[in-house]
Amino acid sequence: MIAEKKIAAIPDFSNSPHIDHVGVEERASRFTKRSIKAETKLNGLKLTLNMIDLTTLEGKDTDGKVKQLCYKAQHLHDSYPGLPTVAAVCVYPSMVSVAKKSLEGSAINVASVATAFPSGQASRDVKIRDVKFAVNNGADEVDMVISRGKFLQGEYNFVFDEIAAVKEACGTARLKVILETGELVTYDKVRRASDIAMYAGADFIKTSTGKISPAATMPVTLVMLEAIRDFYYKTGKMIAMKPAGGISKSKAALHYLVMLKETLGDAWMNNHWFRFGASSLANDVLMQLEKERTGVYQSANYFSVD
Amino acid sequence: MTRIEVLKTYKIYIGGQFPRTESGRYYSPKNKNGQSLANVCLSSRKDFRDAVVAARGAFGGWSAKSAFNRSQILYRIAEMLEGRRAQFVDELIKQSSSAKDAENEINLSIDRLIYYAGWCDKFQQVFSSVNPVASSHFNFSVPEPTGIVAIIAPQNTSLLGLVSVIAPTIAGGNTCVVLASENKPLCSVTFSEVINSSDVPGGVINVLTGKSSELIKYFADHMDVNAVVYCEKDKESQQLIKEKAALNVKRVLLYNSINWEDEEKGQSPYFIIDTQEIKTTWHPIETVGSAKAGY
Repeated sequence: MIAEKKIAAIPDFSNSPHIDHVGVEERASRFTKRSIKAETKLNGLKLTLNMIDLTTLEGKDTDGKVKQLCYKAQHLHDSYPGLPTVAAVCVYPSMVSVAKKSLEGSAINVASVATAFPSGQASRDVKIRDVKFAVNNGADEVDMVISRGKFLQGEYNFVFDEIAAVKEACGTARLKVILETGELVTYDKVRRASDIAMYAGADFIKTSTGKISPAATMPVTLVMLEAIRDFYYKTGKMIAMKPAGGISKSKAALHYLVMLKETLGDAWMNNHWFRFGASSLANDVLMQLEKERTGVYQSANYFSVD
Repeated sequence: MTRIEVLKTYKIYIGGQFPRTESGRYYSPKNKNGQSLANVCLSSRKDFRDAVVAARGAFGGWSAKSAFNRSQILYRIAEMLEGRRAQFVDELIKQSSSAKDAENEINLSIDRLIYYAGWCDKFQQVFSSVNPVASSHFNFSVPEPTGIVAIIAPQNTSLLGLVSVIAPTIAGGNTCVVLASENKPLCSVTFSEVINSSDVPGGVINVLTGKSSELIKYFADHMDVNAVVYCEKDKESQQLIKEKAALNVKRVLLYNSINWEDEEKGQSPYFIIDTQEIKTTWHPIETVGSAKAGY
C-alpha cells in the first residue's frame, strides 16, 4: 500500500491544467517549419534510428517473424558503416523469449506489451500475470495500456492504482504507460492521464497502441511533453516519452526531435528518455541516410522488407 | 464595363493534384515573336522526388488493371481531348504554330491515343511466346511493365510529342513522370487537366514543367525509376543519362531521330515493348502417353 506521506504529494487529478486547444496546435505546427541543415539532419536521422522501438504487434506474428525483426534490429543496413542500432524490439509477451534469445549479446532491449494489450479489458489479476510472464521471460521494458473506459468514467483512482500495481510487478523493468490518446479525444484528458501515469510510477508515457486512429500526433505529443516538463519542475524526476503509431517518415521524426529539444532540452535527446514506436520508420530513415551519403534518391527495393 | 479576363495558372500535376512547384520558382517561356506565354512552374528535384513517390504508389493498381480496362481509359483520354480541341489549338497557335499545323497536331494526338488504346489488350499476345524446351516443361514468356518511366518529352512539339511518349508507356501498365517541353509547356498542363478528368488514377501520369538541364541528372539517377526516355540529340545529355542509369540498370530509351508526325514511324507497338520486361515461366508438366510433352 502507498505510504501516507506520498499520498499527500499526489495532486487532485481533476484539477490538472486545461489545455489551450488552438494554442497547442499552433505551437506544434511551428516545429515543422524549422530549417534543418545537412549536418544536423544527418545527426538527427542517426539519432532517430537509435531511438526506434522496432515493433511487430500482430495476431499473425510467428517466431520466424520475430527472429527476422531481431536480425534487422542488429543489422539495419550493413552496407552503411557506423550506423547505430535501434533501441529496442517491441513484441507481444508470447514472443519475448524468442526475441530475448535472438538479441543475446547485443545492447538492444526487449520491450513487451502487456496488460491485455491493446484493449486492456481484463481483470487486474490477468493483467499482473501478463506483466510477470513478460518480465520472467526477460522483457527489459513493459508497455502497459491504461483502462480507458475507467478513466473516461472518471475513476482516476482505479487507473492510478492499476498503474502502481503494474509498476510493482515490473520489478526492474522500465514501465511505459500507453494512454491511447485516440480514445481519450480531448487534450485536457490526455494531460490528466499523463499526470496520473507519472504520479503512479510510469517511467515512460506513450501515446498509442498503434491499433487506433489517430495514433501519435504532434499536438498530443506536445501536451504530454509539457506534462513531463511540469512534473520534472515539481518533483525533479525525469520521465521518458514515446510517441507511437503513424510516424513513418524521416521528416516527421525530425519534427518530433525539434519539438523534444525545444520543450524538454538536451537531457532528453537520447534513447533512454525518448523513443519512437514504429516499424516502417526505420527503412525511411535508412533511405534518407543513403540519399545523403550517395546523393541519389533511393528505392525501397534495396532495403530490407518490413 | 470591360471584363477582366481570368488567366489560367499553369501548375504541375503530381499524384492527381495540381500543386505549384515546392521551390516557388517560375520561368516565362516566349514564343517566336518574343511574347511571354505564361509564368510556368520551374520544377525542382524535390518535385521530381514527390512525383516518383506518387508514381510508385500508383504502379500496383495501374499495372493490375485488366488490359481491357486500361484500353478504355486511354480511349477516354482521347474523348476528353477531342472535347477540349479548341483550347489546345489556341495554345498551339500561341506557341507559334500555324492554324493548319495546330489543327494537324491535335488530330494526330487524339488519333495516337486511340491507336495505343487499341494496342493495350493486344500487344501481349503479339510479343508473348510459347518456347520449345527439351524437358517436360510448359515454357512461356510474357511482357510485364517495367515500373516507373521517367520521360523527358520531345522539345520541339508541345502536345504530339508528349502524347506519343506517354501513351505507349501507360498502355503497357507502367506509371510515368514526364518533363514537358521547356519552351512549349502550355499544352502539357492543359493535357494534365484532360488526364485528370479521364478516369486515369492519380499518380499514373505526373507532369512537371521546367528545365531539362536542371532535372536530367535526377531523372537518370533516381534508384526508384526503372526506365528513362530522352528524345533529343544532345550527346552530353545522352552520355550523362547512360552513366547515371547504370546505377540501378535502368532501361535507357533514346528516341532522338523520330518524327512523331509520321504515322508509320511515330507510332508502333514496339514503343510499348520498349518499357516492358519479358518474363519467362517454366511450368512442370506430365508426359502424357508416348508423347514427349503434354498438358
